[in-house]
Amino acid sequence: MLRVGKGDKLVKDSNSDYLDGSHILVRTLEDLGVDTVFGLPGGAILTVYDALENSTKFRHILVRHEQGAGHAASGYAISSGKPGVVMVTSGPAATNLVTAIADANMDSVPLVVITGQVATNLIGTDAFQEADIVGITLPVVKHSFLITESSDISSRISAAFHIATTGRPGVVLVDITKTAMTSYAHYNFNQKFELPGFNPKQQPEHQCLQAAIELIINSSRPVILAGGGTVRAKASENLLKFAKLIHAPVVTTLQARGVIPDSDMHSLGMVGMHGTIASAAAVQKCDLLIALGARFSDRVTGKINEFAAYAKVIHADIDPAEIGKNRQVDAPLFGDLNETLNLLIESLTAEKYTAQDRSNWWKYLENLQIEYPLYLDNEHAEESARNGMGALSPQSVIQKVGQIAKKYDENAIFVSGVGQHQMWASQFLGHEKPHNWVQSAGLGTMGYAIPAALGAKAARSNNAVWVIDGDGCFQMTNQELATSRLTGLPIKIMLINNGTLGMPRQWQTLLFNKHYSQTDLHDGPDGWSKEIVYGDGEEKGGAPNSGIPNFVKLAESYDCLAIRVTRLEEVEDAIEKAAKENERPVVIEFVVAKDALVFPMVPAGKSNNSIMYTPTVQPLLDDGNIGNRIEGEE
Amino acid sequence: MVNETKTYTLSILVENKPGVLTRVTGLFARRAFNIHSLAVGTTEDVKVSRITIVTDESQAPIEQITLQLQKLINVLKVQILDSAKSVHREIVLIKVNTRQGKDSVRPEVIGVANLFRVKVVDVAAESITIEATGKESKLEALVQALLPYEILEIVRSGTIAISRGRDIINLHREFGENNL
Repeated sequence: MLRVGKGDKLVKDSNSDYLDGSHILVRTLEDLGVDTVFGLPGGAILTVYDALENSTKFRHILVRHEQGAGHAASGYAISSGKPGVVMVTSGPAATNLVTAIADANMDSVPLVVITGQVATNLIGTDAFQEADIVGITLPVVKHSFLITESSDISSRISAAFHIATTGRPGVVLVDITKTAMTSYAHYNFNQKFELPGFNPKQQPEHQCLQAAIELIINSSRPVILAGGGTVRAKASENLLKFAKLIHAPVVTTLQARGVIPDSDMHSLGMVGMHGTIASAAAVQKCDLLIALGARFSDRVTGKINEFAAYAKVIHADIDPAEIGKNRQVDAPLFGDLNETLNLLIESLTAEKYTAQDRSNWWKYLENLQIEYPLYLDNEHAEESARNGMGALSPQSVIQKVGQIAKKYDENAIFVSGVGQHQMWASQFLGHEKPHNWVQSAGLGTMGYAIPAALGAKAARSNNAVWVIDGDGCFQMTNQELATSRLTGLPIKIMLINNGTLGMPRQWQTLLFNKHYSQTDLHDGPDGWSKEIVYGDGEEKGGAPNSGIPNFVKLAESYDCLAIRVTRLEEVEDAIEKAAKENERPVVIEFVVAKDALVFPMVPAGKSNNSIMYTPTVQPLLDDGNIGNRIEGEE
Repeated sequence: MVNETKTYTLSILVENKPGVLTRVTGLFARRAFNIHSLAVGTTEDVKVSRITIVTDESQAPIEQITLQLQKLINVLKVQILDSAKSVHREIVLIKVNTRQGKDSVRPEVIGVANLFRVKVVDVAAESITIEATGKESKLEALVQALLPYEILEIVRSGTIAISRGRDIINLHREFGENNL
């Protein structure tokens, strides 16, 4: 059945189209216009690496761990809008990718992941480095292929790119056996692929559009909920146009930060568990929720029964299965989001629509914005400083990073890990443009930032890439600093070191009676100022109880510009130095207060109405505006 | 909100390719949708297999289940078969012990089979195997009637279903659009 071995002795001839599967793979990627591949070679995929030459039209970036390749491809895809490509070998390399695959698929990031597989006749024999990666990843991919014949490589890889980028973006895994990579076939790039079950809808139905327009016209308190789909659909411009046209406030999910400028008057900032008070009020009290490319995640809705309880819902999404999944919808708009917004704007304009007087609604929201600005939490920093601990407020540091980064490059890309620092980065950086905010939202993958930043830098080498990372996240993937330094992809890591797994600690503070079980990382903030402190004798076995690792020394070993900042007056200068360093990666360790908290906060599973501005202030519970009306309204 | 007892019969036309059944059942598992029964087989078109799944709405509305299924690249068409407008059949094989102490209850078991107009397909010294086809409710009744005897084994095919009248699940239009 398989034409194995027959062609193996043929002399490689680059002019001929009769090629082995490895060369077919490389040619296909070239012909698809791929410019960057992230990967790491190994046994089952070595023939493909052998087919890479200096003349190969794409760049291969050698990572230090396969998970890094996956996140790098994700960072590349988010910041460029093009699909990311990963290539690794079989078995452990493929399983190392599982987290990155799940992460990207959850956030609808288009990736094509190519894994080597053992020879076709060895499949199922528990061969060396064999893993059923198609089976392992089934629940976390959009689709997957197993290729056992070289003649299928070109068409299936083309199909993989088509599926990954068409409709709702996602991850397509292509597992290629060694047999397919070493047997010969005629290369034909324009080979047809058949996907009879894949026909994503591009335009919403007229009837539904009319229903949506009707709802908009009759709404006195509308709000637009912009989700990650608005970024993927490159709908930023139309979103702003639409918001202006209907004079509605816009709240964004974590994913969609920057899709509307934070500085725009229509923007109320992030919504959800750590969103602004004004955003929470807007979704809780609106009479019309216009959800665009958002999937009603539990982190956005809080207790779903009490989410936007008095609102009609327009839901536009490319994925029909998202509509009605978590929330009943009054006007479903399936299709490409940018196209949908176009149609809405056109129809409203054609009907000579002018937004009705919504001054009460706006006044209510603006008052909340003024009364409850973002919470800098300097109290904890001051208290921490008095105790000789981390003296910096992490929020202030991150705010400063945002200001300086944008001063040097208004298109600077911000990449974040997962946890408290991610929430602060979302709140305080000041997001002005789409595609400049790269982070792991749905899966919440710690360690995402450093490799993802590499990918963003590879995609947009002309822009500065700033990483907001935590000390926990940093230690999960910092091996990619080697990749950063050696491949000329310098990234600027602002390491927010609070010496602990901050978000779990915050929950322990608020919900577990300050029982700080296993969250202390002993990597500061004591370590910076003192000699390494050893535990008390035998009980702790003489192990040091702080200051491991020394992040500055660690970074220096990777030839990074490394600075430790412990005092407020050093902050600005250090960030300026980072901004000016264009050759080497930068690691600046900011030793911050351990007990700084992310606020506002909606406790998990509670209604957004219970949002806390600070641990003791719940503005929406006490303002008398709960219900289906707001003050000043008839 | 959801009715736990009402079941729905889904006809799922899929590409006849390796691993497709795993994708379909895997989807049910990870979204926590129930499978009451499942039957798979080939169809009039060699490229297409048909999966019949009986499910319920205890976890998600039936629309959500069908939408999730339609997202699978290898799924060509999903249709809910309304029980009033379609024929539902299942086959069951029941092996009954015909020896009770020293006595044989074979005539009585055959009597039950005759009452239900179902066939005896295997007879041995101490057992008898009955084949029955029909709607689930009829098969349930048969099993109940056989309970007084010792049922040694039951195997059921899972429900298959087809719409009544000239209506068919039309794939050709979709296929045409994709130049299959």
